[in-house]
Amino acid sequence: MSIATKEIEAGRIWDFPGGIHPPEHKHRSNQTPIAQLSLAETFVIPIKQHTGAPGDIIVAVGDHVVGGQPLTDAGLNNGLPVHAPTSGTITAIGPGRIAHPSGLPDTVITLTADGRDEQVTMPPITDFHERGRSELLDRIKQAGIAGLGGAGFPTAQKLALQRPLDYLIINGVECEPYITADDRLMREHAQTIIDGIEILLHLAGCQKAMLAIEANKPEAIAQFESLLPHHPAISLRVVPVKYPSGGEKQLIQLVTGRQVPSRGLPLDVGLVVQNVGTAYAVARAVLAGEPLIQRVVTVTGDHVERPGNYWVRIGTPVAELLHQCGFNPGPQQRVIMGGPMMGFTLPDLTVPVVKITNCILVPSYAELPPPAAEMNCIRCGACADVCPAQLLPQQLQWLAKAKDYDGLEKQNLFDCIECGACAFVCPSEIPLVHYYRKAKAEVRQLAREKMKSEVARERFEARQIRLEREKQERLERHRRAAEARKKAQAEAVAKGADDPQDAIQAAIARAKARKAAQAAAAAAKQSDDESNV
Amino acid sequence: MGDYLLLLVATVLVNNFVLVKFLGLCPFMGVSNKLETAIGMSAATTFVLTLASVCSYLVNQYLLVPFGLTALQTLTFILVIAVVVQFTEMVVHKTSPTLYRLLGIYLPLITTNCAVLGVALLNINEQHNFIQSIVYGFGAAVGFSLVLILFSALRERLAAADVPVPFKGAAVAMVTAGLMSLAFMGFSGLVAVA
Amino acid sequence: MSLITALIILGVLALIFGIILGFAAVRFHVESDPIVEQIDALLPQTQCGQCGYPGCRPYAEAIANGEEINKCPPGGETTIKNLSELLGVEAKPLDAAHGAESVKKVAVIREDECIGCTKCIQACPVDAILGAAKHMHTVIAHECTGCDLCVEPCPVDCIDMVPVPVRPDNWQWDLQQIPIRVVE
Repeated sequence: MSIATKEIEAGRIWDFPGGIHPPEHKHRSNQTPIAQLSLAETFVIPIKQHTGAPGDIIVAVGDHVVGGQPLTDAGLNNGLPVHAPTSGTITAIGPGRIAHPSGLPDTVITLTADGRDEQVTMPPITDFHERGRSELLDRIKQAGIAGLGGAGFPTAQKLALQRPLDYLIINGVECEPYITADDRLMREHAQTIIDGIEILLHLAGCQKAMLAIEANKPEAIAQFESLLPHHPAISLRVVPVKYPSGGEKQLIQLVTGRQVPSRGLPLDVGLVVQNVGTAYAVARAVLAGEPLIQRVVTVTGDHVERPGNYWVRIGTPVAELLHQCGFNPGPQQRVIMGGPMMGFTLPDLTVPVVKITNCILVPSYAELPPPAAEMNCIRCGACADVCPAQLLPQQLQWLAKAKDYDGLEKQNLFDCIECGACAFVCPSEIPLVHYYRKAKAEVRQLAREKMKSEVARERFEARQIRLEREKQERLERHRRAAEARKKAQAEAVAKGADDPQDAIQAAIARAKARKAAQAAAAAAKQSDDESNV
Repeated sequence: MGDYLLLLVATVLVNNFVLVKFLGLCPFMGVSNKLETAIGMSAATTFVLTLASVCSYLVNQYLLVPFGLTALQTLTFILVIAVVVQFTEMVVHKTSPTLYRLLGIYLPLITTNCAVLGVALLNINEQHNFIQSIVYGFGAAVGFSLVLILFSALRERLAAADVPVPFKGAAVAMVTAGLMSLAFMGFSGLVAVA
Repeated sequence: MSLITALIILGVLALIFGIILGFAAVRFHVESDPIVEQIDALLPQTQCGQCGYPGCRPYAEAIANGEEINKCPPGGETTIKNLSELLGVEAKPLDAAHGAESVKKVAVIREDECIGCTKCIQACPVDAILGAAKHMHTVIAHECTGCDLCVEPCPVDCIDMVPVPVRPDNWQWDLQQIPIRVVE
């Protein structure tokens, strides 16, 4: 064992650079157990709720579906299926509002619930230890499980690894202020989460797992401390409170001291990270056959009367959710999907809750002041002090404003995890993360255009070659036809037929003779007329 | 040995050719937009300066002085410098077409760089011997390179920064050069050489 | 006397230097300049002809011979900037005589009106139109570069140039454009 592995085994907690300590506000929503909401009347299910291509729609308008029935399947693009949250009728399939900061539409399936809430499940797999990897991976995919921590990467794809794994890390850190969904889930369903971790370990062929929880969740820690002794493969790690400890790369650095290489994946250092919510969903999918049709969402903020955590069906419009939690909007009320650091403002309340929605935040102005006007950078360097990826946010900002994409590449723009710590500390209120996202989108667009122009050039050159070849073929055909004609003529003359030249000469002679005769006749007539006068 | 080291330090820092003597300002302002171009230019100028310094000394010592033709120094030195620069241009064009294209017109303009002719003539004035001429030429080149690279790094940052519009481009570059010159004045008195 | 000496000395020097340079010219001779490939790599390859040259490669060759770099509307400001950096010339604004930079478009054929004459197929520089004589023609949207060359030859004028729609995955984070409704 190398020294580092020994230290990991011993439970050492390292540190990552930077980080901030924003006020937590977690007590506002973690005091009550997770509650059930009554069913909404209409559900809006986007067909793409994950990172990657969407699946193919396998239902039609007017179909009656039951809860848990898949509405899309993997199709040619290997998309992740989405399922009906409850029983009802499909009323529309087409463009609709989705949970994206742009407010742009994408394809959604609208379902009108019939109130009976019939559910269908897949056959439970209780003896998962006896089952093979591909069977379990297929079950996870069929259940439509994506990373519930926020990125939404299809879990089956993440776990279909080709390289050996040192540790599986389960992320129960939940470092963002206000959000307490994972906290309550860990307190109330600790055993199911542990079952999920066991399934993931078996699936990944890994011997050891680490469950990381932030120190501000003592009840959850106590729960696991009492249950984990029965599961020697899983060890608990309590990490100090700091934002963004829950970021994948930061968590890896905290519990193993390893750094994920630039533009690389955790798999490059022998690790895979999964959210506790994902582990829970995996356990339910395998042991109870339940597809992913609901998740825990924190509803909090000054303008909801009943803040707390709720089991929300995927596809519930946010308006419905807020209505049931006692929505009390102020003037020009903002509703944020996500937390105060990484969430986005919703364009309107018809946006549905999707697989990666962990929080709906309804703040007052006092709680979360609206962004102030951007002032000039005073080059104080506070941003670089807090960046957890050890980047230079100030330089990135200058380069992004100057659109210097080569410079941004040199400053490792794509290693930015968009945590917002730099914007949080900026005294000039510069919306730094916005500039980075814009620059990343522009760089991606340029790369796409470059590839497109490469393809266009190849097609153009291929076309030129094709036209040239067709021309050559045509000329060749003409040449051969002319040769064949001449050859045939020569052969015919040799066999004794009239030389076509003779025929031509004879025709010319005839024509001349006729002309001469005409001229003579005309002259004779003329002289005749003259003599008669 | 210590004298040569002293001469080197004095030429690089105390009597820096660009910021104290104000020679060679044309490539200083013209090539300092990007760091890679500046590094390429520094390498080319170092080569030219050292070689030109040596050749000028040799031509002066063994051709002009014995025949009493010291009046032709300027003419002969320009000839030597032009030949060295032309040679350098051919080498750069062959070995690094990218650098050749990046430097553009500034590569043949090293001929008219007053620092190069300045070194040749100052060697005569200061009555340097052969080794001192080499050290002087190399020192001048190192000083030029140092300042050029520092300045181009500053200009790259300035290009992206929020400079007020009337000052953008050459204006703020001149201001920066002035401030650098002030900073380099701090070196005076470092070495007890005039 | 000293004048003759001076002339002889200078003449000898010049001769020696000339020989050195002559050898160097032969020794360090450079073949051709692959600048045309590099310029062509920066052009958008729409082959539209708006620059006045029949394609991107001829324009690249013209630029290598000193043509202005600001004649390519599909390339826009980005291409002008890249060309100015590559060649070390000043970046001028896009020459309005050759067109204005607009959003990216793709051609769409109105299939009800298509008569199957293949004139557009012959016009497309990247063969992005699928079809045959007296059969339906259609544009392969993924391959269309938006060059506009198919619109002219169509005898029934059934081709539209439609702007490429913005979708969430190619959204450029223009936060000012999002229609946020006031929540009451």
